[in-house]
Amino acid sequence: MRRSASVYWNGIFFGPRAVLPVLGRILLLVLMSLSLVSPAAAQSQTTRITRVVSPGGIEAWLVRDTTLPLIAMEFAFRGGAAQDPPATPGVASLTASLLDEGAGDLDAAAFQRKVADLAMEISFDANRDELRGSLRTLGENRDAAFDLLRLAVTAPRFDEEAVERIRAAQLASLRRRSTDPNSLASERWFALAFPDHAYGRPVDGTLASVPTITQADLQTFTRNTLARDTLKVAVVGDIGPEELGRELDRAFGALPAKATLRPVADVAPKGIGTVDVIPLNIPQSVVLMGTTGLERKDDDFIPAYVLNHILGGSAFSSRLFKEVREARGLAYSVYSYQVALEHVGLWFAGTATKNERAGDSIRIIGDEFRKILDEGPTQTELDEAKSYLTGSYALRFDTSSKIAGQLLQIQIDDLGIDYIDRRNALIEAVTLDDLRRAAHRLTEAAKALTVVVGRPAGLSGG
Amino acid sequence: MAVLIAATAASAALSTAQAVGPQVSEFTLDNGLKVLVIPDRRTPVVTHMVWYKVGSADEAPGKSGIAHFLEHLMFKGTEKTPPGMFSGEVARLGGQENAFTSYDYTAYYQRVAKEHLEKVMNFEADRMTGLKLTDEVVLPERDVVLEERRMRTDNDPGARLAESLQATTYVNHPYQHPIIGWEHEIKQLNREDALAFYRRFYAPNNAVLVVAGDVEPEAVRALAEKTFGQVPRADTPPRNRPQEPEPEAHRRVSLSDPRVAQPSVQRTYLVPSYRTATGREAEALDLAAQILGGGQTGRLYRELVVGQELAAGTGAWYQGTSYDATRFGVSAAPRPGVSLETLEKAMTGVVERFVAEGPDELELARAKTRLAADAIYARDNQATLARIYGAAWATGMSVKDVNEWPDRLKAVTADEVKEAAKRYLQLGRAVTGYLSAPEAPATPAKVETRENRS
Repeated sequence: MRRSASVYWNGIFFGPRAVLPVLGRILLLVLMSLSLVSPAAAQSQTTRITRVVSPGGIEAWLVRDTTLPLIAMEFAFRGGAAQDPPATPGVASLTASLLDEGAGDLDAAAFQRKVADLAMEISFDANRDELRGSLRTLGENRDAAFDLLRLAVTAPRFDEEAVERIRAAQLASLRRRSTDPNSLASERWFALAFPDHAYGRPVDGTLASVPTITQADLQTFTRNTLARDTLKVAVVGDIGPEELGRELDRAFGALPAKATLRPVADVAPKGIGTVDVIPLNIPQSVVLMGTTGLERKDDDFIPAYVLNHILGGSAFSSRLFKEVREARGLAYSVYSYQVALEHVGLWFAGTATKNERAGDSIRIIGDEFRKILDEGPTQTELDEAKSYLTGSYALRFDTSSKIAGQLLQIQIDDLGIDYIDRRNALIEAVTLDDLRRAAHRLTEAAKALTVVVGRPAGLSGG
Repeated sequence: MAVLIAATAASAALSTAQAVGPQVSEFTLDNGLKVLVIPDRRTPVVTHMVWYKVGSADEAPGKSGIAHFLEHLMFKGTEKTPPGMFSGEVARLGGQENAFTSYDYTAYYQRVAKEHLEKVMNFEADRMTGLKLTDEVVLPERDVVLEERRMRTDNDPGARLAESLQATTYVNHPYQHPIIGWEHEIKQLNREDALAFYRRFYAPNNAVLVVAGDVEPEAVRALAEKTFGQVPRADTPPRNRPQEPEPEAHRRVSLSDPRVAQPSVQRTYLVPSYRTATGREAEALDLAAQILGGGQTGRLYRELVVGQELAAGTGAWYQGTSYDATRFGVSAAPRPGVSLETLEKAMTGVVERFVAEGPDELELARAKTRLAADAIYARDNQATLARIYGAAWATGMSVKDVNEWPDRLKAVTADEVKEAAKRYLQLGRAVTGYLSAPEAPATPAKVETRENRS
């Protein structure tokens, strides 16, 4: 279970190493690996992106940086949990967890020993739309690292021992999450919003579905999904274009040319305007409010992004922060964010408030959504948002893995290799009229599908 | 905690081309402020941090949570700077900021484009002594902290057990109190408590300034003198906390809650930190944690998950970055049908065999490779580097200690690991915690009643 889960404070016991016991003034949100968009425009070397095409025809975007003796690679295959068999959610996720659990001649123990001896990091994770992979290696171990990657993506074994062991770990994680208020809220929200769609099914499966996943399910998913035509790759570090070309062919060259994906329909969230309460005996209610947003390819996506920043995206100066936390002390954590999935755009807000005041928090957040949609932000708010969003762009490019992550997301979103150079100008160009137009298209977001977990006073009826 | 100590000169432990770690510049202003400058010229940004050598373990009895509460209140403005102005300016500059509190330190940071460094230094220097508080901002913020406690601890049975485990490990040292504070004491904290704590501990001679990024040390020195250099030195008390006695008895804590759907067993041992250890004991404990709990090649995983098929997951950790005596932990989560007693017995067996045999050469080499590589990976992130050096300083270690860490790690022998394990991984030094659901089958762990209201 080496999935790159959010880091919680004091998440000591199941992490590979102790987590620093600290409390922050705000919780740093680690917002899943969904297209939580908004790359940021950087100056400096991050714009020196080379498009590398291997002799075998595999494309990657490369930023060569020889400052440190390491290489970071992020990659993705289109087709994540949305490709799960409808009756068996969790296949993509379990597959991702098993790719580095034995491949080729190496059983799981031998594979993991090699990973450890090379001091490399390799991990796979499935989200709704993609199966993503991540590799980090010291430059001196490059060939061996890419060779292990080749085995993982082209020849995973899915030995019974490994499948049962990882299945047990997956079930333990699901049991833990079955009473975790944040997990419950999120899962319920997607189930209610997308009852007849792949997005409504839990990415990591259920306690009922995971035991039924067969080796054949895993093999079929791998064969259908891991292919060259849906692969996007981004690499940062101490490697040249020609060397990278050879490594790309080494790692991915033996994959099938084409994926076989089942079609996934565009969809809109249902249940907007309703409140669902999951009673759980905890002192603080966890609230998740979700509504219609815009897709990444939408022309008004950037204005909507700016609008969200003003509402609840900005850490210490958003409207939600000021109204819910600063003025009233109702919550430690309150925020809003956009999620651009491949087939729907969504807009969420979340908070956690003691049960007695949960209703107040929900009402205030709803009011703030309506207010910003009806009246729009002020010119000052727009100016300050632009100033932050353009100025902070460079902070997204200060580590190799972060740069690679940005380059990968830009490819997935199909924004073009020059996007980094254009992005700040797109933000700068946003006017109050643009915000009004985006708000007008999002009028439905004046209402939300709200899920509350806890004992919220006046909402649970008891 | 290896990663926190690791940092630099990592090359030493690896074979080839890696040259040296970051060239950290170090100097002290006349008022006693220590300054560390860590170069990273890859992106034109800087990470600016001020660390105070004060944390929750420096609180007076009955005032638990005041260090952390004050950290929140530090964002409420000063004599010169109205509330919200500092944060607003950081946001306008496209900067990111936050702060955090631990047992031994409290730190504030901003990450900005390099040309804005002076501006944030000015603000940070101003709030070193200029804090101004009114009940109007203090009281709602106390509610925020209570909500933070509910979110992090009260809402989560695992976190509640962790709190009890910590409180039981320390019978005398203030590490027994949670950083965020006990709820009944947080409720009593007020403006005067915060200001008293502030005046007692916040001073340039009790702080370190860490600047990592695309900057020249001399330029940082000039800016530091111009800003922080103007803040007068003050008498801050020496760190003199009640110390732990030698532990005598194995203790147990258990927390049973219907919300526990996946039980676990956790054990922590009282062990020395990098500052209090003698010889290479701390390095040996870092290696022991890696050998026992390092991913799937670790002994706990190989024996409990793979071999005996009792556990779904395992872990081990060592919190070496600590001013006083610290903790070493092991944990495991059972598969269905396996009792915590059975799992605990097997976990104890793994630890006891390790204590008896020590590591074999191969697993020792593997652990060293991993920790040395972590030190190189850490160099990819200037904010991580700033944290490593800042936390080391705040817990009584020097830049030199950090820089020599890879060499010391490399020199640790199998016998030293065995000796450290034998001396410290004893039940008499440990607290064992059970997280479980109540026996009564009448209460299902998962409450799934559903109401739909519009």
